[in-house]
Amino acid sequence: MKTMQLRVKVNGEPMEWSIAPGELLLDLLRRHGYYGVKRGCEEGECGACTVLLDGKPVNSCLVFAAQVECGEILTVEGMARGDRLDPLQEAFLDHGAVQCGFCTSGMLLSAKALLERSPHATAEEVTEVMAGHYCRCTGYLKPVEAVLAVASKKRGKR
Amino acid sequence: MSGRHSVVGRNLRKVDGFKLVTGASAFTDDIHLPGMLCGKILPSPHAHARIRRIDAGKARALPGVHAVLTYRDVPRVPHTTAGQAWPEPSPYDTYLLDSKVRFVGDRVAAVAAETRAIAERALRLIEVEYEVLPPVLDMEQAMAPGAPVIHDEPESTKIYDASRNLAGHILREIGNVQEGFREADVIIEREYRTQRQQHCPIEPHVTICWLDENNRLVIRTSTQVPYHTRRQVAQILELPVSRVHVIKPRIGGGFGGKQEMLLEDICGALTLASRRPVKIEYTREEEFYMARTRHPQILRLKMGARRDGTILASHMRVLATTGAYGSHSATVQGNTGSKVLPLYRAPHMRFECDVVYTNAPVAGAFRGYGCPQGFFAQETLADELAHELGIDPLEFHRRNVIRLGDVDKLSAQLGEGKEGLPRVIRSCGLPECMERGAAAIGWEKKRGAGRSGSGNLKRGVGMACTMQGSGIAGIDWASAFLKMNEDGSFTLLAGASDVGGGADTVLAQIAAETLGVTLDKIVITSGDTDFTPFDVGAYASSTTIISGGAVRKAAAKVRAQVLELASKMLGEPVEKLDCAGNEVFTVCECRKAVTMTDVALQALYKEKLQIMDGASHFNTDSPPPFCATFAEVEVDTETGQVKVLHLATAVDCGVAINPMQAEGQVEGAVAQGLGYALTEELVLDGAGRPVNPSFLDYKMFSAKDMPKLTTILVETEEPLGPYGAKSISEVPINGPTPAIANAIFDAVGVRIRKLPIRPEDVLNALRAREAGRVEEGAAK
Repeated sequence: MKTMQLRVKVNGEPMEWSIAPGELLLDLLRRHGYYGVKRGCEEGECGACTVLLDGKPVNSCLVFAAQVECGEILTVEGMARGDRLDPLQEAFLDHGAVQCGFCTSGMLLSAKALLERSPHATAEEVTEVMAGHYCRCTGYLKPVEAVLAVASKKRGKR
Repeated sequence: MSGRHSVVGRNLRKVDGFKLVTGASAFTDDIHLPGMLCGKILPSPHAHARIRRIDAGKARALPGVHAVLTYRDVPRVPHTTAGQAWPEPSPYDTYLLDSKVRFVGDRVAAVAAETRAIAERALRLIEVEYEVLPPVLDMEQAMAPGAPVIHDEPESTKIYDASRNLAGHILREIGNVQEGFREADVIIEREYRTQRQQHCPIEPHVTICWLDENNRLVIRTSTQVPYHTRRQVAQILELPVSRVHVIKPRIGGGFGGKQEMLLEDICGALTLASRRPVKIEYTREEEFYMARTRHPQILRLKMGARRDGTILASHMRVLATTGAYGSHSATVQGNTGSKVLPLYRAPHMRFECDVVYTNAPVAGAFRGYGCPQGFFAQETLADELAHELGIDPLEFHRRNVIRLGDVDKLSAQLGEGKEGLPRVIRSCGLPECMERGAAAIGWEKKRGAGRSGSGNLKRGVGMACTMQGSGIAGIDWASAFLKMNEDGSFTLLAGASDVGGGADTVLAQIAAETLGVTLDKIVITSGDTDFTPFDVGAYASSTTIISGGAVRKAAAKVRAQVLELASKMLGEPVEKLDCAGNEVFTVCECRKAVTMTDVALQALYKEKLQIMDGASHFNTDSPPPFCATFAEVEVDTETGQVKVLHLATAVDCGVAINPMQAEGQVEGAVAQGLGYALTEELVLDGAGRPVNPSFLDYKMFSAKDMPKLTTILVETEEPLGPYGAKSISEVPINGPTPAIANAIFDAVGVRIRKLPIRPEDVLNALRAREAGRVEEGAAK
C-alpha cells in the first residue's frame, strides 16, 4: 500500500510518521500508542476521540491524518507533567467526575481548550462545551462542577 | 456516620482514577499484540431466514484472510448468552453460528483478517443463499395460531413453549385479587407500553483473544461477568474451563449490556481457527442492534383501593418480548412483578407474564432489570388512583408503601427463575426519602397549583416511589483474598468486576477500614479468572453488599492474624489491641504501638509467615434500596414539548461507603432514566431493520439537555450489608419516567401511558381532550 510521510508535533514531541491514504487521525494516534484517544462512535457524535489540534478541540475520527501536517496535537497523555496532574485532572478526581473514564480524556481536553480561551468560563459555557461529549455514567453534573471549580480558582488568582 | 469510620463513608478519590485521567492504557482495546487480526461478523440482512447455501471459498482465498467460520465449521452447543449463575435460568436457544438467522444482525459468518478493510472485503465475498421466512415482529401476534415458529430447532432446551414462541411464562399470586377487588371502592385498570432502549456504553463491546505460551485461550474483554464468561466459552467451544483465562480490564460502561457472553465465543473460535490473536470490536451501529436492549413490554395493570386510600389489590399482566433469543427473558420479567408490586402493602397481588420471541434485536439485562417498565405502570396508575380518590399522591404513598419489619411474600414466590426467598425489610428510609424529596421540589406549594405557568407553557410536579434489590438472594456470592506486603500494604484480590461504577474503590475502602489502614495501603486486582477468586460478577446491584461482604470477612480474618502477631511483638493480649492509621496499638493509657510495616517485616522475615486469608460471602435476602423521585416539568401546549426543569432524587442506599461515588450513580441513572422517559428508542422498520442505529438519530441526554438535579442520600443502616451498606446503582433509574408522566398530568391534565413520551403524543392527548373525547379510556 502507498504511504506518505507526515510531520506533526504530539504533546510537544516532533514526530515523523508514515501514514496510509485515508487513515484517520484517531487510528494514527492509537496505532502509535496514544490510547487515551478513545473510539466511541466514529461519526463525530460522542466526543471520546477529542484531541486538541493547534489548541482547538477536534473529533479525531473526523480528521484525516494527512490534514494535520505541521500541526500541534495535544492528547490527554500530554496534560500531566509526570505525576503532576493538570488542575482539571485533579478536579475531575476530587469531584467524582470520573466513573468508567472512557469519555474522560475528551472532556478534559475540551475543558482545557475552553479555559485557555475563557479562564472565567460560566456554567453556561462549560455546559455548552460538555454537550459535545456523551457520557453514559455521570449524568454530566460532576464533570461540569469539576470544570467550574477550576474556572473559579483561576478567577480567584486574578 | 462519617465520624464513626476513618475510610468508610468518606469521599475518597477513585483508586483507579489516576490512570483514567491520564489516559493510561487501561481498557480492553488499549493493547496491540504482534500479529493481531481483525475479526468481523457477517450480520443477517433478514429478520427470519434459513441459510440454504453458504460458500466462503472466495473469502478464504482472499490474501490476508486467516479464518472464515460458518455454522459448518463450529460445534453446535445450545446455550444462553445471559451471564448468569449456573444453571442459568434463561433458555438454551442460542448457537455459536447456526443455519437459521432470527433477526437483522444475527450472526451468519465470521472472519479474521490482517486489517479491518480486508475483513470487510472478505465478508462481502461470502456467498449466502437465504430462504426468507415470514418474520414475527409484533409481540402481540407472536402467540397467534399459525404464527411462524422462531425456534423450531429440536436441540434447544428450557424454552417454555417453542411452538407458540413463548420463551417464558410466569404466574404468581399472593392472597386472592378477585376478593380484593370485591372489597375495593375504586378500581382502575390501564395499559402501558414501553420501548426498546439501548445501553449505549461509550465503549462498545470489544474482545481480544489469543493463545498464551501454554496454549491456553486468553480472553481480554469488556465484560461484567468474567467467571460466567469463562464457563460459557468453555462450554460453547468444548474446552475444559482450565484452558480458558478471562481478563476484565477497565470497562467503558456496561449498564447490564455486558452481563452477557457476547463476542467472547466467536472471537475465541477465530483465534482457535487462525492460531493468531484476534480482536472483535463492535462499531457503534453494530452495538445498537447486535448487542442487547431493554425488553419492550405491554403492561396491563389493575389496582383497587378503599375510599380511605388503602390499596387492597394489584393485578399486573405483562406481555414482553425478548427478541430473537431468550437472554434474561424470565428473570427480567420476573422482576417486573416481584420488585414492583410489593412496594405497596396490598394483601392481594397477582402477576402474570408471557415473554415471547420476535424476530427483533435481542433484549437482555439493563440497569433496573424489568423494574423501570413495572414502575412506570404502577407509579403512574397510583397517581391516577390517588387523584380519583382525592388524596394527594404524597399522602397516598405515605399510607401504602412497605415499611420496616414488613415481609415481602411475593419475592418468596418469584426468585431467579424459580422459587425465591421471602424478603424482610430490615432497613427502610423511604418515608424520609419522600419528605426530603418533596421539600426539594417544593411539593406542597406546587402540586395541583392549578396548571401554573404563563401562556402556552404550563408547569407541574409529579412523584414516584421505587425500590430494587441488593444482589440475588441465595444465589449471588463472591469471594476475596488479602495478603500483607513488606511495607504494611495489602494486596486485595477480588473476583468482583468494576465496570466504571467505582466498585474497586468501595471494596478497597471496606478492606482499609477493617484493617485500620489508609486507602493507599490497599492494592486491588479484580476480575481476572486466573488471579482472583470467584465472583458472580457485576449485576443485580450486588457488588457493594455481596463482594463487599466477602472483602469485609477476608479483611477481618487478616486483621486477626495481624493482631495476633502484634500481640506477640508488644507483649500485650489481643483483646487490648486495635488498629488504625497504619499501626497496631494498645487501647489503654500506656499507649504502645507497632506500625503495620513492623508487623509485616516481622511476619515475612522473622516468623516466615505470609499473613493472608480469603473468604466467601452470600446473603439469603436481598435488602431493597428505596428511592423517591420528584420531577418538575414545563409543557408547551402548542408543541407538546416537555421540558424537565428539576429532578430531585432521594435514595436510601443504607450507608454510602463513598457518598460522592454514590451520588454519581444516582445522577448517571437519572440521566439514563430521562432518556428512557423522553427521547430514547431503537426503532425497527416493517422488515425488522433498525432505523436509527447511530448517535445522530438515537437521542440520549447531553449535558445541555439535563435539568437541575438534586440528589439526596438518606442514610439507614442495613444489618446484612458491610458497614450498613445496601445498593444504589439501579434503583434511581426507575423513578424519572413515572415522575415525569405524573408531572405532565399535573401541568396539563393528560395521562401519557406510552414511552418515550414524545411531543406528538402529548399534543395528540391534549387535542383529544379538547375535542371532547374522554381521554381516560373505556376501561373504567
